[in-house]
This record gives sequence, C-alpha cells and structure tokens, in this order.
Amino acid sequence: MKKESKINLFDLDRVLEILQVFLTNPFRTFLSGLGVGWGLFMIVVTVGASNGLENGVTSEMGGRVKNSMFLWSRMTSMPYKGFKRGRRFEFNNSDTEFLRENATSIKLVAPRNQLGGHRGSNNVTRGTKSGAFNVYGDVPGYIEIDPVKILSGRYLNQGDIDNERKIAVIGKRVLELLYDKEIEPIGSSIQIQGVIFSVVGVYSTYKTGEDAEEDNQSIFIPYTTFGKSFHTNNEVGWYSLLMDENVHADTSAAEVMSLLKQRKSVHPDDKRAMGSWSMASEFEEVESLFAAFRLISFIFGGLALLAGAIGIMNIMLITVRERTKELGIRRAMGATPLTVMRQIMSETIFLTTLSGLMGVSFGVASLEGVNHLLESMGGSGGSFRNPEVSLYTVLIALGVMLVMGVIAGILPAVRAIAIRPVEAIRTE
Amino acid sequence: MEWYLRGVIKLNNIGKSYVTGSQKLEVLKGLSCNIKKGEMVAIMGSSGSGKSTLLNILGLLDSFDSGDYLLSGESMSGLNERAAAKYRSKLLGFVFQSFNLIGFKTALENVALPLYYQSIPRKKRNVIAMDYLKKVGLEDWASHLPNQMSGGQKQRVAIARALVAQPKVILADEPTGALDSVTSSDVMTLLREINADGITMIIVTHEHDIAALCDRTIHLVDGLIDLS
Ligand SMILES: Nc1ncnc2c1ncn2[C@@H]1O[C@H](COP(=O)(O)OP(=O)(O)OP(=O)(O)O)[C@@H](O)[C@H]1O
Ligand SMILES: [Mg+2]
Repeated sequence: MKKESKINLFDLDRVLEILQVFLTNPFRTFLSGLGVGWGLFMIVVTVGASNGLENGVTSEMGGRVKNSMFLWSRMTSMPYKGFKRGRRFEFNNSDTEFLRENATSIKLVAPRNQLGGHRGSNNVTRGTKSGAFNVYGDVPGYIEIDPVKILSGRYLNQGDIDNERKIAVIGKRVLELLYDKEIEPIGSSIQIQGVIFSVVGVYSTYKTGEDAEEDNQSIFIPYTTFGKSFHTNNEVGWYSLLMDENVHADTSAAEVMSLLKQRKSVHPDDKRAMGSWSMASEFEEVESLFAAFRLISFIFGGLALLAGAIGIMNIMLITVRERTKELGIRRAMGATPLTVMRQIMSETIFLTTLSGLMGVSFGVASLEGVNHLLESMGGSGGSFRNPEVSLYTVLIALGVMLVMGVIAGILPAVRAIAIRPVEAIRTE
Repeated sequence: MEWYLRGVIKLNNIGKSYVTGSQKLEVLKGLSCNIKKGEMVAIMGSSGSGKSTLLNILGLLDSFDSGDYLLSGESMSGLNERAAAKYRSKLLGFVFQSFNLIGFKTALENVALPLYYQSIPRKKRNVIAMDYLKKVGLEDWASHLPNQMSGGQKQRVAIARALVAQPKVILADEPTGALDSVTSSDVMTLLREINADGITMIIVTHEHDIAALCDRTIHLVDGLIDLS
C-alpha cells in the first residue's frame, strides 16, 4: 500500500478544498470569523491608541536626556549638629567643585541661576522693544542635559565662562519678539536688566506643547557672567546633573544627596531639606502606566479573541454535524480518520487565521487613517501622536490566535472522526 | 496479496447484531459464502433481512462481531479505521441507492475524490476522472453540480467515482432503487460492462429482473443464506 502522503503545511490542493467548503456558505463563514476578527481589531486599535498616547507624552518631554536630574536646596526639617530645624541653606561654587570631585555616579555637574520669567515684569530690552524672558546662567555642558537646536551662531563655550564674556544665546521666540524680521541678530546687542549682552546664537527647543513655548522664550548667558552681573556671586540656584547611565537614577540621587547633606550639615534622614526631580523616574512612571494600558488592552482583546474562538468552535461543531453525510462519503472514498481530522483542523485554523488577519489589517488601516488625519491637522494632536503597533505585537497577537484556532479545532475534529462511515451513509 | 486472490471474497460464519438500549437485534447469524473473482452477484431478501448490513460489512464501512472475512486473501477481522480506509481506497468501490454525491462538488470533482485521498496531484486526478466520466457518457456534464442532473446521470457519476481508483470489487446497494425502469436497465448494462473487465460486482436489489442480469443470486432469510 502507498504510504500516507507527507504532511505539507501549505498544500494548494487542501487550501482549495477548504475554500470550497467555506464558499458553500460564505455568509456563515463570514459571521463565524467576525468574532476573532473583532478581537484582533480591538487589540491592534487599543495597543495602537495607547502607543499614540505614549508617543504624545514622550514627545512633550522632548529630547530631554533620560539620565538627567535636577536638585535644589530647601529648608531643613530636622535639627542637626547644633542647627535648629527650619534653616535655609544655599549651594555655592565650592559645592559644585566638591560634587565634581566626589560624586562618582555623576558625569556632569551643571550649576544654574535664573532671572525673571514670563510672569515677571519686562526684564530684557532692545531699542524700543522689550519682553519678559527667562534668563539662565549656564555652563556649556548644560546643552547635553537639556538639548536645544542651534538655529544660527553658537552655544556657550568654556571661553565664555573663563573670561566672563557678556554674550547671550537667545530663544526663537525672543528673536521674534525683540527683532524686526530683516535684522540679523548675531552680533547685535540686548539689555538684560540694564546690562548689555551681545547675541552670539539663536536656538529652538525639541519639545512640543506648552513646555516648548516656555523654552523658546529663554536666554542663556555664561554662568560666571550671570554671577557678576546680577550679584548672585557665589550662589548656585540649583543643579542640573547628568548621571551615569549604568547606575540606577535612585542610586545616584541618593549618593549626591548624602554627599551634600554631609557637607551642608543636614541630618542624613532629613528628606525635606533638598528637592530633586529626575527624568528617569518620570519616564519610569509614564512607562509603567503605559505598560498597564497595554496589558489591559491585551487582556480585553484576548477575551474578545477567546469569545471569537469559542464562536468558531461552535460553528465548526454545527458544521461537522451538518456535514455528517459528506464526511461519511469522504470516509467511504478512502479518507482516513487522520485526513478527516486534518481537514477539520485546517478549516478551523484557516478560518481563525484569515479572520484574524482581516482584523489586524482593519486595525492597522484604522490607525493609519487616524495618523493621516492627525498629520493633515498640522501634525499636532495634543498628547496623541503617531498611533502605531509594532510588528512584534501583531505577531504575538497572531500567535495567540493561532493557538486558539488549534484549540477551537480539536473538539469539532474529534467529533468528525467519531462519525462512522456507515452512520453517515445510511439513508433514512 | 496474491494476484489470483484479488477480488475474491470469503465469509466464514459472520455474526452481527445491533444493540439499541436493552434490546439486541441479531441481524446476521453466522453467515458464510464465497464470491469468486470477477463474479457478478445479486443479494436479495425481504426488507430488514440484513442486505445493507452485509454489504456494509463487505465494504469495511461497518464492523462484524464474529466470524472471519477474507478479502483478497487477507483477514479483515479487527481492522482499525485507518487500515479499513486503506483497503477501501485500494480495493473497493461503492454505489448507493441515493447516489451520495457531494452537493457542492461538480461531477468531475466528485469522480476525482477517491484519487484526492490517494494523494494524486490535481491535474492528473482530473484527467483520470474525465476518462471515467467519458466511460459513463457524461463528459459534457463534468462541470455540473449534482442537483443539475437527473437520477440516472447522478448514478452514472457515482459509478464513475466507484471505478476511478480501479477497485477489485464494486459494492452496490440498490443502485437502481431510485431510478425508472429504462434508466435502470441503462445502469445495469453499464455495470455488466464494468464486470466484463474482471471487476467483482455485488449488487443488493429488490427487483427480480435486476437480479436476473447477474451471474447468481444470494437470498438472505433470517440472517442466513437461503440455500433452498
Ligand atoms: N445502526 C443500527 N442500529 C440498530 N438496528 C439497525 C441498525 N442498522 C440496521 N439495523 C436493523 O438491522 C436490520 C437489518 O437492516 P438492513 O438495513 O441491513 O436491512 P436491509 O435488508 O438492507 O433492508 P432494506 O431492504 O429495507 O434496505 C433491520 O431490522 C434494521 O432495523
Ligand atoms: Mg438496505
């Protein structure tokens, strides 16, 4: 006897056979596939939406470097070494040197000072024009912590710091408000609280949303010049720090804090004496939120998928019963139980996969549609941007669905092979 | 399997009963008979005498409880479904009273079905199936669905399907039962022609003139062969 043909996973003959069966009742085939299609559609759309939200939020955070941290002094809340609680203390330039030498998990220490702000009175003038802007005293390294795009001219450099040059790098919005269109800003001068600075560069922010506006209305001047011109002298407003990527943000924060507490005679357990904010923990928070979103959409989508798979199983059970005679004829014509089982399994898996792929396609198409819409609206959908699903997500969803297809096929297939040819062929 | 045994059927004391609920119905009570290679045999008997039961056992569509069945010299006792399917595919062809064509398949596809289960490629399958449709005079009906054909035509498609895998034995359960007398005699002429090629033929029938066209008749009475 001829050996059983080898099991080809994709055999045109078998696919045609399956298609023929489906086409005998196309409407029912469509309906039974609907559940699974819907499940995958849901997964793709909800995962895509939560990705869109995530993309929106991270883009609002802009190109801000993930391992950056901000640190400022507040008021002590515990008595220590003869000091009473409620003592105010400030950081100064020698603390900066101390941190640079001793904090091993810190790559870059950038002391900062700030003047004014858009809520304050006008502090910057040029000829007859004036405006209220944030003015920062910065070191050149700060651009690594909070990157900006230099549109013309240059950023601060070490020479500016060493020579206490009276130069300024101004934001795009500052340029718009203080200059007429045709005027070249580089080399021109502005007055910041009466002190004349010469403009050496114009920048714009990478951020979007509200933060962007604020950022573009700022002016950077050398840290040393700031101290001299605005009499902050030795004082440091706050620190921007760049941490070693290989050390967890919390660990390096703890190191810096304990170094500074010791140096400033603050109780080691005093949690309120210094404030800090790190991008990493912010990111972690946002990321865990979105991970939860994704999990939820997978659970709900998975339940929808499960319902769909059960639907397919039911339909297949009904179909098998209706096709008792046909299956009996096939058996009489030489089909082995294995062939019949394979046929029913293939039909179920084929149906699940086909409807699943349809669901995925419609889901991806919807996301693309929304994307298109957002772009045509000017690219800014607020906190929602670029909804998308990774191929990986789609593959996982399809994989889960395939497994469900197999499970859904088992019972109908077992029913099908339990049909004895003689029962099937009997004419009543 | 020896060539001279191909198509030979030996039944030895075959017993078969059906159990429904608490009732046991003994249909075949130790039936024995021999059918030679190339013979054309009619099986007759009153309704419920067990003709279909016997034919289904011969066709390996149903199992038997006791005795032995030798088909082409090999014992068919205690076959599993898979082995039975293999024998069916290789040695047996079926013709039924109600044709048992698959409704959503064309005449050609129906005829080609046994070849599909022998894993013969589609092109080759269709060529062979077409040959057999020609043999039964239905080449022009190849692409028609069963419900577009008359009873006689359907039965001829079923006969082509029974022949397509070149069986040694054809089992026909009242092949003319649903046909008028003219079509019946056409079908019988066809079956005789096929038998002339050396295929063993067993036909269950109620009609004496059909049985008269066969080499001999086996009468079933009360689960046994009536030798009187
Ligand atoms: N699956 C079954 N379960 C129970 N009883 C059955 C079954 N199949 C057949 N029978 C019984 O066995 C007996 C023989 O049935 P069978 O179909 O072989 O008769 P038959 O000779 O072909 O009759 P007919 O000429 O009416 O076709 C009948 O009494 C029938 O009721
Ligand atoms: Mg009968």
